Amino acid sequence: MQKLCNGEQKLLIEGTNLRQVIDNLDLQYTGFKDRLVEDGKIKPNISVAVDGEITPLGMIQKVDTNSEIHFLPAISGG
Amino acid sequence: MTTADYERNMILSNVDYKVLGTRPVRHDGADKVTGRAIYGADFDASGLLHGKILRSPHAHAKIVSIDTSKAEALEGVKAVATAADFPQTDDKKWVRDNILASDKVLYAGHAIAGVAAANPHVAEEALALIEVKYEVLKPVLTTQEAMADGAPILHEGLTTQELGEDSGVVSNTADHFQHVKGDVTKGFEDADVIVEREYNTAMVHQGYIEPHNGTALWNADGRLHVWCSTQGSFVVRDSLAELLDIPVSRIRVTPTEIGGGFGGKIPIYVEPVAAILSKKTGTPVKIVMSRKDTFEGSGPTPGSNIKIKLGAKSDGTITAAHAWMAMEAGGYPGSPVGAAAQCVFAAYDIENGLIDGYDVVVNKPKTAPYRAPGAPNAAFGMEQAMNELAIKLNMDPIDLRLKNVAVEGTRRIDGPTFRRIGAKEVLEAMKDHPHYQTAKAAGHGRGVSIGFWFNIGFDSACNIAVNSDGSINLTEGSTDIGGSRTSIAMHAAEVLGIPVEDVRPSVVDTDTIGFTAVTGGSRTTFATGWAAYEAAQDVKKQSIERAGSIWDVDPDSLQMEDGVISSKTDSELKMTFKELASQMSDTGGGITGRASVNPKGVGGSFAGNMVDVSVDDETGKVTIERFTCVQDVGKAIHPSYVEGQMQGGSVQGIGWALNEEYFMNDQGNMANSSLLDYRMPTSLDLPMIDTVIVEVANPGHPFGVRGVGEANIVPPTPAIANAVSDATGNIMTQLPLTPGAVLDSGK
Amino acid sequence: MPGKTHVQTTINGEKVDFLCEPRQSLLECLRDVIGLTGTKEGCNDGNCGACTINMDGRVVTSCLVLGVEAEGANIETIEGVADGSNLHPLQLAFLENAALQCGICTPGFIVSSKALLEQNPDPTEHEIRFWLANNLCRCTGYDKIVRAVQDAAKKMQEA
Repeated sequence: MQKLCNGEQKLLIEGTNLRQVIDNLDLQYTGFKDRLVEDGKIKPNISVAVDGEITPLGMIQKVDTNSEIHFLPAISGG
Repeated sequence: MTTADYERNMILSNVDYKVLGTRPVRHDGADKVTGRAIYGADFDASGLLHGKILRSPHAHAKIVSIDTSKAEALEGVKAVATAADFPQTDDKKWVRDNILASDKVLYAGHAIAGVAAANPHVAEEALALIEVKYEVLKPVLTTQEAMADGAPILHEGLTTQELGEDSGVVSNTADHFQHVKGDVTKGFEDADVIVEREYNTAMVHQGYIEPHNGTALWNADGRLHVWCSTQGSFVVRDSLAELLDIPVSRIRVTPTEIGGGFGGKIPIYVEPVAAILSKKTGTPVKIVMSRKDTFEGSGPTPGSNIKIKLGAKSDGTITAAHAWMAMEAGGYPGSPVGAAAQCVFAAYDIENGLIDGYDVVVNKPKTAPYRAPGAPNAAFGMEQAMNELAIKLNMDPIDLRLKNVAVEGTRRIDGPTFRRIGAKEVLEAMKDHPHYQTAKAAGHGRGVSIGFWFNIGFDSACNIAVNSDGSINLTEGSTDIGGSRTSIAMHAAEVLGIPVEDVRPSVVDTDTIGFTAVTGGSRTTFATGWAAYEAAQDVKKQSIERAGSIWDVDPDSLQMEDGVISSKTDSELKMTFKELASQMSDTGGGITGRASVNPKGVGGSFAGNMVDVSVDDETGKVTIERFTCVQDVGKAIHPSYVEGQMQGGSVQGIGWALNEEYFMNDQGNMANSSLLDYRMPTSLDLPMIDTVIVEVANPGHPFGVRGVGEANIVPPTPAIANAVSDATGNIMTQLPLTPGAVLDSGK
Repeated sequence: MPGKTHVQTTINGEKVDFLCEPRQSLLECLRDVIGLTGTKEGCNDGNCGACTINMDGRVVTSCLVLGVEAEGANIETIEGVADGSNLHPLQLAFLENAALQCGICTPGFIVSSKALLEQNPDPTEHEIRFWLANNLCRCTGYDKIVRAVQDAAKKMQEA
């Protein structure tokens, strides 16, 4: 995904929930939303971690001013 | 080969509970030790037919035609099913094709057709009468072969996803991704010492003793009922709905008892075929895989090609780490290389890291999860590289790990920072353990390692009905592979302050309980236990309210502790939960508690191994002399079953290290698809497996639970490789460490 | 279709007779013809021990015995181990020592270790491991199984 944001490792994006963050991310760097979202939901093969914790709430997950968000491959286990 | 005296289980915990931490006999115990428990193959139904499946003898071939007419004509055959019987929806072709191949077979053992007959032997005879014309193609059997220029292509429509974008290039590499932290080039430049090595691991199977099975009844009312041994009844239901293009409301899945899964019984194989055959015959159809079919037609875990490069300062600080990992997805994309990438460097705080992951299709069975999928492969490389680094730096191997250990706040190379974790505590417990403190015997080799699995949360539901005698019926949907129904019952008993014997847990079907995710991912005690906790809190709240109305006082003035409801202010007002329960009907009716959870707060688990081996100079045979597993489990709800998970994962790791592999001939057929030649450990191959439970409470869970099932299979292969290396002086870059491989390693 | 043979045998102390095709294994007959599903199939070629029964005093894998061979034999399966509703000390020991997780291998282990303790009431750890080497368990790593057998041996000697 680094290609989409010109090689930046960290991005600062505004929003109070994940939906807003992704929308704003896409405004700054086109293509992010397509990468992350399908049918209005986070793609099933992607997990979202907020402040180190995987969230089950998807787009409606609230975030703080200092929240760290990571998009990771979704994995379950055996 | 007797065990040295050792100190069992140092349980480092600082909260005492009444029920949690005790070792009650499991509720399903009597059934399991008398043979009364019904597993999938034991299931019977009126009018039952037996189904058998025809499988491809070729690893890679186009299917030119399938003629089932002679099979259908055989006396006693009631129905035949092929891929053509599935609804042909566009986006599910690969999923359908793995159940019954349509235009191509991608591995030897790939299912092609199913036959149902009253007599299973007749069904088997019918298979031989099905005529399939193949155009045999050259197979690719390793990631190296598959990734080479000019390699035979498995899927003409498969283009490589290169760092998140479709490259448009047709190849056998489905996906290449990267995780980047800092600047590895600079990190390696700053290093005083570099270790760089390439490793290869072979495909292995989960090895559950119970083969796959399923009985399907497509009833006259259009409802499909399936009974099967599965790690996830709701997964079966949802998968069937997708494959058969019918709504989930028309499907009911009843889980039978399950004889092992380890991840391999998350995907479905025989159920859709049984369903189609049942639809055609109008009677139940049962399909049970043979052992050969289980090896060749279910989902083993990938072989892999891994390159690790580490750079460190002379004081042991790691300055850079690069992992390049290619994993076999099998016939269709979807290896666990993503998970491997999240685990490979997880134990360490590394400033500069780069992880390259490649998901590569090969002509072997489509891989399925196997206990911490991907992580053992990654650890085989990384933990051996750490061992080499320790030797180069002349540092104790545990000290080197402690120097770099990840702690709360450490940023992982795949991005997130850790919350409270127990890696340091595990390493310290290893260092202090009598095993490590005792010098190894003459001629023995010793190896250590540490591994990680992040564990998952996901959905669980639980209902509790209170009986008039004060016992409770607890229903939940997590199929019980290892005693979990009792651990879950213990959560409820703890909350209500009642004995765990007064809880009657049942694992119920998809019509009877709310959506519950798989029994896997080390989530069951964590998430379904949490659902039981919440359902019990609901019962507790209602019980207090009921007592309030019985006594005509404000419920806020009451409390419930240790199974007794009392007033905070009036010492006269007291009754036991039993007494309340006996009055339920007369005071407003029954009490039922319920909960559906999808919890956050998942805590990852670290597991470490110390192993002593002896190596026979002449034969290369490796004997495990002593084995200790140390694991951070957060809170051991039922210590015996926690120890059991640690021991079981350790022994699967030992088999993975020493003997197990899919031995393929040049044509891509598995030459050792029997339990004789696919050599899993027997009781005679092993010493006692010593365990140490470390409890660094997971702040995210009400009782501090971390998933325990998986992390323990991650450290054994490198610990054993390190021990063999210590004994022989040679680095073991290839799994398994068979006697021949050990003898060859010096050359 | 081949004709069926009438077999007369004794199972868990009871006279049983059944019909089977010559090609049906004793395992298949126990499970599908007689209805005793406690004996399990793991591999059908004698390599996992899940189908272990006691036949005329010998521990055998019933998948490698033909149904017709049961004629006149004295067979004990897992269903015959308990004394009515009183569990055998081995069964109790397996439960108390948590010597089972999924339980699929447990019937085979119990039949096998019962025969061991009848022959050798005070086995060493090595003797237990040797005797049980043909019973595969994938869940437990054998540690607690060995301890359960040791525990049962001790209790049976004290009784």
